[in-house]
Amino acid sequence: MSRLSKYTPRTVKRGPDGEILKTSAMIASIAGADQKTAPAPFGEALVKLAAKNDRIVGLTADLSKYTDLHVFAKAYPDRFYQMGMAEAVLMSAAAGMAREGFQAWATTYAVFASRRAYDFICMAIAEENLDVKIVCALPGLTTGYGPSHQATEDLAIFRGLPNMTIIDPCDAEDISQIVPVISAHKGPVYMRLLRGQVPLVLDEYGYKFELGKAKMIRGGHDVLIMSTGLMTMRALEAAKALEKDKIDVAVLHVPTIKPLDVETISREAAKTGRMVVVAENHTIVGGLGEAVAGVLMRGNIRPPAFHQIALPDEFLDAGALPTLHDRYGISTGAVARQLKGWLG
Amino acid sequence: MAVATFIDRAIPMTSHPSNVSLEQRAWRIRRNALRMGEVQGQGYIAQALGVADVLAVSYFHALRFRPKEPEWEGRDRYLLSIGHYAIALYAALIEAGILPEDEIETYGGDDSRMPMSGMAAYTPGMEITGGSLGHGLGIAVGMALGLKRKTSGSFVFNLMSDGELDEGSTWEAAMAASSHKLDNLICVIDVNNMQADGPSTLVSNFEPLQPKWEAFGFFTQRVNGNDIPGLVKAFDAAKAHQGPQPRAIICDTKMAKGIPFLEARERNHFLRVEADEWSKALAILDAEKPQ
Repeated sequence: MSRLSKYTPRTVKRGPDGEILKTSAMIASIAGADQKTAPAPFGEALVKLAAKNDRIVGLTADLSKYTDLHVFAKAYPDRFYQMGMAEAVLMSAAAGMAREGFQAWATTYAVFASRRAYDFICMAIAEENLDVKIVCALPGLTTGYGPSHQATEDLAIFRGLPNMTIIDPCDAEDISQIVPVISAHKGPVYMRLLRGQVPLVLDEYGYKFELGKAKMIRGGHDVLIMSTGLMTMRALEAAKALEKDKIDVAVLHVPTIKPLDVETISREAAKTGRMVVVAENHTIVGGLGEAVAGVLMRGNIRPPAFHQIALPDEFLDAGALPTLHDRYGISTGAVARQLKGWLG
Repeated sequence: MAVATFIDRAIPMTSHPSNVSLEQRAWRIRRNALRMGEVQGQGYIAQALGVADVLAVSYFHALRFRPKEPEWEGRDRYLLSIGHYAIALYAALIEAGILPEDEIETYGGDDSRMPMSGMAAYTPGMEITGGSLGHGLGIAVGMALGLKRKTSGSFVFNLMSDGELDEGSTWEAAMAASSHKLDNLICVIDVNNMQADGPSTLVSNFEPLQPKWEAFGFFTQRVNGNDIPGLVKAFDAAKAHQGPQPRAIICDTKMAKGIPFLEARERNHFLRVEADEWSKALAILDAEKPQ
């Protein structure tokens, strides 16, 4: 997408009610105005877990409030370690704590973990298969602040890392369930985090998170959306919206990006007649879409059509988040439009 | 969680009563390293020869460990941040009885427990994986925090090089160590003033070094790293220091110390030594065997 020249004068952009559209900065919630939410599900779940497990410690790089770790810090001040705005030592120290028998939960933003601390995650944590949980806010496009804070390629970066388990939760329900499960899993985990007032969606579907498992959230005969992270929420909303057009959309939620649930993905994609669409809050390069494509190719599974809903291979714009989600095709409306287009 | 037994720091930690002097230990470490170097015909042998005295004082004066139980909870942790110095640490671990001497010739070979770069999963007594520089001090910070949580009296030593002073992560870790008042962390810095592209101070000038570490909050000493009595004093002072702060021992060492014709090589970061030169080097060393 081409951006306007920086020398082109602009006028104020207004929403449908004449309000000025504001940049969705770091503290903004991705929840819609009338959406059901739960506050700080990660922080709350970790506090609950820490009550039963005194090996749990929390570390952050000056972002406790922005990763909901402040909830843990308040409950267990002596088990909380402020490492300063220094992501290398955050990851190294987490590795050191794990070496001494603790389960270290390290939080920062996804951009900083993936871009700035990669070597430390790779060599100090993953290569040693240490019990460190890396929990990162602002995954994909969840801030309008610009590319400095938009982790559009974090899954691609971490997918290549041996030993690393990768999780992209959909909502507050998912996060609450994931925290104790990944704690019970001994080894490094990278989890994308939604923070603050987090949408609550999956509680209505009798959903149960299982590590390494994809879950059918709703059935449908025309399209099978395989989605991860907040795109499962968008897929469900789009599926509902398309009911009136008599389009029957199935949604398979894939919260574990690695190890991928090859069995379920293959089985569902092999069911005849359904177009397969993979939706992710991530660049089209190297994320769930390409992972699923590889599974289908290797398994000789040929759905009638295969499409990706993902962010473009570009540095994205700054601006208001709803505008950006629409611009880059990951809003509910954009998902529905793309599906209808592909169905013809 | 297994909480370590608290160990009183006041107990003298020279836990290696032996007739073997530290000078003899250092000599044997150099000899082990030369023998490994000979196997591969090349390597970071100049660093090993330079740091041998530091390792002798570390393992046979300062450190608490059990040779037959390398993961003993009560041990002092000794982190090799400089993975390419593995040849030196193996030489010390062999001398310490943690690695068997009869594996010397496997060094750097297939399936060896002594790969060319230090890796924790390969070698008993190798606490961390090196190779990528600037990692050790940060991990040491985490381990020192962990040991404090367990109310352990063990120290964490981090052996790093002057080249690692170039890495930003070193200074992130230094600041964190000081911020968390890690008085159980001792950072040993081998200053041999030689890195891949040449003399370290020309690659990126880190001087004045002692005020730098002091400014970062460390109780800092600078010693001749090839002077064993001076090293003994410095390690003792680092452990005995009463301030609530991490400790740094800056050790100025000479590359290839003890083998004059290797010391004289201008570029000795990664030494290629001719086949006949190894026996020459060993002969020089053997002639200088301390009594």
